[in-house]
Amino acid sequence: MRIRTVAASFLVACLALGAAGCTDSRSHAQAVYLLVDTSGTYAKQADKAQLVINYLLGTLNPGDSLAVARVVSRSFSEKDIVAKATFDTRPSEANAQKRAFRAKTETFLRHVQPTAHTDITGGLIQGAEFLNETGAGTKTVIIFSDMQEDLDKVTVRNFPIRLDHIRVIAVNVTKLNTDNIDPRLYLGRLDAWHKRVIAAGASEWKVINDLERLNAIFRNS
Amino acid sequence: MGNPTMWMIWPDNAALSILVLALIAMVALYAARAPMHALLRSASYTLGGPLRLAARWLSGVAAELRARNKAVLLAQGRRETGQRIEREFERLALLVQRDLQGYPTLQRKLLEEITRVEEDYKKCGEVPPPPPDWVDAVSAVAKIKTGGGEVVQKILVDIRQSLEGIHDKALAEYRRAYQNRHSILEGFMPYWRSLDKTMKQVDKNMTGIQEAAAAVDAQMATYKEIAARSDEAESQLTNSAFTQFAIAAIVMAVALGGAFVNFKLIALPMSEMVGASDYITATLRTSEVAALVIILVEASMGLFVMESLRITHLFPRISNLDDRMRRRMIWISLSLLFLLAGIESALALMRDMLIADKQALLQSLATTPAVVNEGWLGHIPTAGQMVLGFILPFALAFVAVPLESFIHSARTVGGALLVHLIYALGFALRIAANVVRQASRALVHAYDVLIVLPLLAEHTIHARKGGAAGDEGERVDPRESTLHPLS
Repeated sequence: MRIRTVAASFLVACLALGAAGCTDSRSHAQAVYLLVDTSGTYAKQADKAQLVINYLLGTLNPGDSLAVARVVSRSFSEKDIVAKATFDTRPSEANAQKRAFRAKTETFLRHVQPTAHTDITGGLIQGAEFLNETGAGTKTVIIFSDMQEDLDKVTVRNFPIRLDHIRVIAVNVTKLNTDNIDPRLYLGRLDAWHKRVIAAGASEWKVINDLERLNAIFRNS
Repeated sequence: MGNPTMWMIWPDNAALSILVLALIAMVALYAARAPMHALLRSASYTLGGPLRLAARWLSGVAAELRARNKAVLLAQGRRETGQRIEREFERLALLVQRDLQGYPTLQRKLLEEITRVEEDYKKCGEVPPPPPDWVDAVSAVAKIKTGGGEVVQKILVDIRQSLEGIHDKALAEYRRAYQNRHSILEGFMPYWRSLDKTMKQVDKNMTGIQEAAAAVDAQMATYKEIAARSDEAESQLTNSAFTQFAIAAIVMAVALGGAFVNFKLIALPMSEMVGASDYITATLRTSEVAALVIILVEASMGLFVMESLRITHLFPRISNLDDRMRRRMIWISLSLLFLLAGIESALALMRDMLIADKQALLQSLATTPAVVNEGWLGHIPTAGQMVLGFILPFALAFVAVPLESFIHSARTVGGALLVHLIYALGFALRIAANVVRQASRALVHAYDVLIVLPLLAEHTIHARKGGAAGDEGERVDPRESTLHPLS
């Protein structure tokens, strides 16, 4: 009888410990911040951004977060966030949210007004802030831009930024006329951004120019 | 770094240095021969002893476990055979009740029919009346000579005519009598048929009872074998347990397949209830665990139903409940099972709706418009899922039967495998002990090879001493102390 009692107690203790140890407290949610460049000639590419948004809406799961923000002359502002949502944990609600999100971004992208300057750094800082607030396990900033930063004389962005544990992915990095003349400018620009985001603590840097291969966004290299 | 020639006695002459050092070492080793041999022997005992001891202990444990397994197996076999005999007797009682209950009636009917047939037969035996005595008179008259007299001739003609009339009458009577007998015999036929049918029925009943009795005999023979604790009975029961184990494992694997399909049906809609973003482990969602719990609860309800119906006997407390309580339990378990099956069916429908919603969203996000599939064909998967969702919980309820077989046979199979494992371990330990002992002997011999020169010298001295002593007494073989170091 005593042996049975001891065995039962041991089993209960093991189960309790197992249950406590099994609970995974880490966040498995993903958070994505999409920066859409609306400056100068790149504003013409805005309709392509909808493809990226559609892909993200189709891929993200209930509980994940998504925000779409525009890159303007000074992008470090909540006002530049066009749409943001943390999808409900119930799949049916999440689908409804995704439909609303899509409608909102479509309206925005249909009426994009080109801006004079391009503040990618400000958008990155704003994006990092948003992503860190979500508390998601995987944080990704997608930059839909030619990656040519063009700041006005007043805006200050030449300081180290923090992108700890954030993946940074540049999508549809088009070549400028000057890049066509000297490709080193293009490669140098991408290399400079690579070094900058890695120095800022980003966990990954990736460039995806083919919009048919957007599935590489969530594939770790 | 030290000087590499430091160890040399004569740094200029390495060979000589090595030789001298080897000789010194040999002498030193010879001096230490007895303690070194003792050390090696001791090491051998130290290592080999526990190994041998462990092997012996394991052998004892295996024998004890085997005896225990046998006792459990035989007890289990006796209980099962007893139950089987009980069931056979119940069957026999039913047969006797069903077939022999009407036996008195049958016997009465049989006797009545036999009596009737006998009576009829007797009636058939009634011969027609014999020809009248006038036959002799006719013969006598026939012998009368007419003598040509007209009177006599007329008388004779008259007599002939009357005789012919009487003969025809008698013949007709005779024929009628035979006709009656034939009709009586014809009347036998239904009785004969009835008798034949009745006898066949009796024969069939008796055969059924004989077969049932033979089955009881066979079970009784097995029971006697088990009661006698014979090895044959043990072997039979073990084989039976292995077969049961394999069959139960296969059926349970099939049931697991069903459970997996069930799980797939309700895992997605469960995320609608408990959320899709909670994880218990890195890859296991809370919604999946919830679905799994529902399936396990269904299986448990099925188990309770089977237990309450006394089909399985995993919980003696349930089977020992009084009939009223047991009936209540059946109804409660069945109601819960029915409710869960309904929930699952609804979840299956919800799954279909969620997938359709997701599909619609993806189609709206896609650049190319999707082909819309409307019509009754599109509803078949939905209906199929709902039906599956409703049926699978009831199908899973029957898992209790193979589960019981699996658990019962697993004790025997596991015990038998454990015994073999312990025997194998004991054998391995015994081999290891022998290897240690032989290695120790080899090392002792190798040690003697290293000090071969001093040993040869010892030989020679002993031989000379032995030669000198040979004249005085028994000669001593010096090899006894050198060539058999372990003796």
